[in-house]
Amino acid sequence: MKEKQIKQFLGYNVLRLCIIFVILILIVILYDILSKGARQISWQFLTSAPKNGMTEGGIFPAIVGTMFITVITAVFSVPLGMGCAIYLNEYAREGKTTRLIRMAIRNLSGVPSIVYGLFGVALFVEGMKMGTGVLAAGLTLGLMTLPWTVTASEEALKTVPKSFREGSLALGATKWQMIRTNVLPYAIPGMLTGTILGLARAAGETAPILFTGAAFFLPFLPKSFSDQFMALPYHLYIMSTQHHAIEKVRPIAYGTALVLIALVFLMNLSAVILRYHLRKLKKD
Amino acid sequence: MELSKDPKIVIQDFDFYYGNNHAVKKVSFDALGREVTSIIGPSGCGKSTLLRCLNRMNDLIPETKAQGKILIDGQDIYEASVDVVELRKKVGMVFQKPNPFPKTIFDNVAYGLRINGYQEKSEIIRRVEQSLRDSALWEEVKDRLTDNGLSLSGGQQQRLCVARALAIQPEIVLMDEPASALDPIASAKLEELIVRLKEKYTIVIVTHNMQQAARISDKTAFLMQGELVEFGATKDLFTKPTRKITEEYITGRFG
Repeated sequence: MKEKQIKQFLGYNVLRLCIIFVILILIVILYDILSKGARQISWQFLTSAPKNGMTEGGIFPAIVGTMFITVITAVFSVPLGMGCAIYLNEYAREGKTTRLIRMAIRNLSGVPSIVYGLFGVALFVEGMKMGTGVLAAGLTLGLMTLPWTVTASEEALKTVPKSFREGSLALGATKWQMIRTNVLPYAIPGMLTGTILGLARAAGETAPILFTGAAFFLPFLPKSFSDQFMALPYHLYIMSTQHHAIEKVRPIAYGTALVLIALVFLMNLSAVILRYHLRKLKKD
Repeated sequence: MELSKDPKIVIQDFDFYYGNNHAVKKVSFDALGREVTSIIGPSGCGKSTLLRCLNRMNDLIPETKAQGKILIDGQDIYEASVDVVELRKKVGMVFQKPNPFPKTIFDNVAYGLRINGYQEKSEIIRRVEQSLRDSALWEEVKDRLTDNGLSLSGGQQQRLCVARALAIQPEIVLMDEPASALDPIASAKLEELIVRLKEKYTIVIVTHNMQQAARISDKTAFLMQGELVEFGATKDLFTKPTRKITEEYITGRFG
């Protein structure tokens, strides 16, 4: 073989190995959790509360708790994040200020989640006297997802071609009419996709809810915004590190992990499906 | 007849800057009502910039500055009291690249009507049909009004954009190299349309195609490096240009 061909062969195969390696990691993780957690999954596991010092029973309160706070997170961060993105991309004049804001947002998304947890305690639990509960935890997660929502939404807005905007303005549209009728309809699928991915990440977070409302064990479901709650990631953390009989509850921990992964996967899947349908709608 | 040919647009000592870049320099000429005025010149001569000043589309670009006057029906459009939205209703625009919205053919044409507050369905339907007839597209699309505008051919898309501009009944239609992305046949159709449109509208067209300017326009302005080199009746400018540089350009010696 000529040298050129050898280099081509090497280049191709090295890159191929990279992707194989990445996929392999995912497969190993999924296999580990599936093989150990699948046995645990049953209707009863999904719909009943933990029993006998959490060595038996199910994880129903944790599922409900995670869903509850995710909804609060979404209600808080989706409109706010999209609003910020629209302002930044459509109204704000590019300059020092917008660059500074963007830098702040990027840095905010790099802040460790445990820091958000502490901040949530200071702001929501103590400062605004919410106490520890679903509201404080949901809002803390909301803060954490905001940079994601803003960035993803702005990226989606950027994909709407300039010609749509100009065409609209040239027909005598005001800026807001242009945004509402000829920018948002095409940006929203992308905005939602990015946002849901951010929410899925929030649903799996432990640190921000650790001090703001997640409970070790509760025999009942949260009924108001100030109630404490159980959550899947926190439950998993307890079952694998804090429980008095870790070996005994390991199957429950794996079952919890599987449910959590499935939940996140479902959210990501719904983002894909939603985007697909909105795109189709747009074409009709 | 002469009465209908009042100056519709009067450009007086108009300057335009992008930051420090002096893109249009002390340009003055008039465009008469119910005539086609074309602006020609080599790439980067400021012809599109000048055109986009006529409906203040350049306002969208930050750090630009306009000096001098552009009067439309006697009103200086750069005066602070002018409502840009109203101006753009009166001065429609067709862009270089066909830019139909990814909506149905009907909704594309109805777009301008709806944002301008038309609500009655029968009125919208009537005006959409009229605009599509005026832009010579009706016969081709009347059975497929609910198809996506993007499913049309390039030439049809551009005529759809003309229809979209006509729907809100502007008085002036600006065209920024409207045929540059089209094949010769689609281009010829569009030229035919432009000539027909001047019965009702004042048309200003930017083109890099000199034959096109010669075929369709009544007056021609020749710009170079932001300056107006020559302005006059198209017939005269192309047959007996007064400046040597004009002659060199129209005979293809540069540009």
